[in-house]
Amino acid sequence: MAQMNMIEAIRSAHDVMMDKDPTVIVMGEDVGYFGGVFRCTDGLQRKFGEHRVIDAPIAEGGIIGTAIGMGVNGLRPVAEIQFADYIYPGFDQIVSELARLRYRSCGEFFSPVTIRTPCGGGIRGGQTHSQSPEGIFTHVSGIKVVMPSNPYDAKGLLISAIESDDPVVFFEPKRIYNGPFDGDPEKPGMSWSSHPKGDVPVGYYTVPLGSAEVALSGEELTIVTYGTLVHVAIAAAQETGVDCEVIDVRTMSPLDVKTLADSVKKTGRCMIAHEATRFGGYGAELAATLQKECFYHLEAPIGRIGGWDTPYPHAFEWQYFPGLRRLSAGIRRMMEAE
Amino acid sequence: MITKSRLQIPRPTARPGDKPDFSYLELSPAGSVDKPPISSRTRDIEFLSSGLVRVLDDDFKAKGPWDPNLDPKQLQVALRWMMLTRAFDDRMWQIQRQGRISFYMQSRGEEAVSIAQGMALRAGDMCFPSYRNQGLYLYRGVKLVDMMCQCLSNTRDMCKGRQLPVMYHSKAGNVFSISGNLATQYPHAVGWAMASALKGEDHIAASWVGDGSTAEADFHHALTFAAVYQAPVLLNVVNNQWAISTFQGTAGGQRRAFAARGLGLGIPGIRVDGNDLLAIYSATLWAADRARRGGGPTLIELVTYRGGAHSTSDDPSKYRPKDEWEYFPLGDPVERLKQHLIVKGHWSEERHENLWRQLLTDVQVAWKEAQKYGTMTEGPFLDPETMFEDVYAEMPANLESQRRRMLEILSGD
Repeated sequence: MAQMNMIEAIRSAHDVMMDKDPTVIVMGEDVGYFGGVFRCTDGLQRKFGEHRVIDAPIAEGGIIGTAIGMGVNGLRPVAEIQFADYIYPGFDQIVSELARLRYRSCGEFFSPVTIRTPCGGGIRGGQTHSQSPEGIFTHVSGIKVVMPSNPYDAKGLLISAIESDDPVVFFEPKRIYNGPFDGDPEKPGMSWSSHPKGDVPVGYYTVPLGSAEVALSGEELTIVTYGTLVHVAIAAAQETGVDCEVIDVRTMSPLDVKTLADSVKKTGRCMIAHEATRFGGYGAELAATLQKECFYHLEAPIGRIGGWDTPYPHAFEWQYFPGLRRLSAGIRRMMEAE
Repeated sequence: MITKSRLQIPRPTARPGDKPDFSYLELSPAGSVDKPPISSRTRDIEFLSSGLVRVLDDDFKAKGPWDPNLDPKQLQVALRWMMLTRAFDDRMWQIQRQGRISFYMQSRGEEAVSIAQGMALRAGDMCFPSYRNQGLYLYRGVKLVDMMCQCLSNTRDMCKGRQLPVMYHSKAGNVFSISGNLATQYPHAVGWAMASALKGEDHIAASWVGDGSTAEADFHHALTFAAVYQAPVLLNVVNNQWAISTFQGTAGGQRRAFAARGLGLGIPGIRVDGNDLLAIYSATLWAADRARRGGGPTLIELVTYRGGAHSTSDDPSKYRPKDEWEYFPLGDPVERLKQHLIVKGHWSEERHENLWRQLLTDVQVAWKEAQKYGTMTEGPFLDPETMFEDVYAEMPANLESQRRRMLEILSGD
């Protein structure tokens, strides 16, 4: 075991898989010589060479399109899109090609591409470096969508994603790359070294795709969330004193409905929290599914907290971000709704 | 209301009722374009992108340095493949008009592209076609009956009813699955070729788009990546003059040839008579040799004419002269190869007629067989359960539960 932050854990997942499987290659903007703007691929080109860690032109559609072709020809490409905010030029290649290739060719052709991309806010990134577009991708049949909330899961899930014969869009919440974040920007930054999930095996291991995890056990109210907000939810539980159970979804598609439903049936209350805008968002899918599964156990309407339905603002980030204050207020309101 | 401005709106030379006018097409006499060594630098062979590589002259004789000197037997085989493509297209078109398949797209007038390039490539080379490359699938071993079953979405459909007619695939033949979205397969071909080079193999990739699709971002992505990494790939632009109702000028073809699109990136371009099987074969072989020896990509423009409608949903008499093809200066690829063989003394009108009748019979026999696997109205029918397969490598729980629910509904619960 070693102490790792999420960046080191993601780098280690690449390292392990590139050692294990010579068909794994990495491609993206600034990923090679420089090692990535967030350093997630640092050192990989020095170790594996410039034919396996390839600096790409600034063309997200081209990166994903050529990665698909490489995958069809027997490679296992890991493509980095530098910010999730820049994934849209590759959207058609993901939706119309990558996601449907196996289906339309009845399994004759497939391309096991993993697309990694940093997402989310809380870093003063404004509307072009803060978005959470994961819900757009969960709406697409044929791809898997993952978002880890800690170093241990990041490495284990990324290895599973690379090994998966299905395409995976792997979102990395960049606010917690270097340490967990409880949603209060006034507090000093924390480090992964004091977090149990910062203990990461040095070698190969997997966290299976399609499994959620109970991040905090409780009896009174379930918070279903993922990414950065897992830590905000735990902090909100402590602040409010409500005995919350926090479920980390981890794989958004396919969804581990059972783990979520078991918890909501137990507590009878469910708050869904994500950074992404709320209207038409992933939380609506969770709410509809849990309402159907748990209707006769519910003691209050399922609640949703998300980013306001505006573009992500720069100066008003902490009014926009669904942080500690908003989550705590939502929990208190839900507990009052007897 | 502005009726006149400095903004230039491209306009074709002829619309319905006008006399067809192909004076805009720059032609070179057969045999007049030099054939440089494959080791040439792009800057030294820019002339290839503005000239027109032609082998067959107006008297159907082969001329000049690009004559591939194929033997008569090979030429007869090539002619047969082109004629089979046309016989298949003709029959499928009729079948759609009779309401027995939902949709069809023919390759009339462009048959030489798929057959000549299919012949010039090796079996291990990977093809990423567009929807007008049916000749490639046939040439690479997909049986007529399997092509037809795909168009019927019946129990033998390679696509299990998931794709519109003509969206074939053949892993065994190394021909990729057709998307239907335009130019998306271009970067796939480049990625495939990059992987081939990374693995140290000498297989190359080839892809095809139409003149209209060169406007898509994927076209430019593909060219950029192919140039940057010198991917062993042939990027073909089938310039058939029309993208549904918009003529090639709407994609920018009036200013400069499509073959020149790669020059700014250092990709050589060859502009080829797309109705001259010998010229296409020869130019493709040249570019393939160059790619195989590390020379990188080539952009090949095949100048041809879309002899039919865009698809069965299209009526070209609404936007172009009905008789335009008759005026097309590069003629009909089947007729030109036929006359070439006759001029050389290796073919005759009678043999041609006999072969055509034989191919029509072959197509009809295949059609009869195809219908045994089901038609749009009569069984056997595909099992709708298969709709849930192949979305993922393994069926996830939500799809499994939806599959069960659909079966309950279908069984009347």
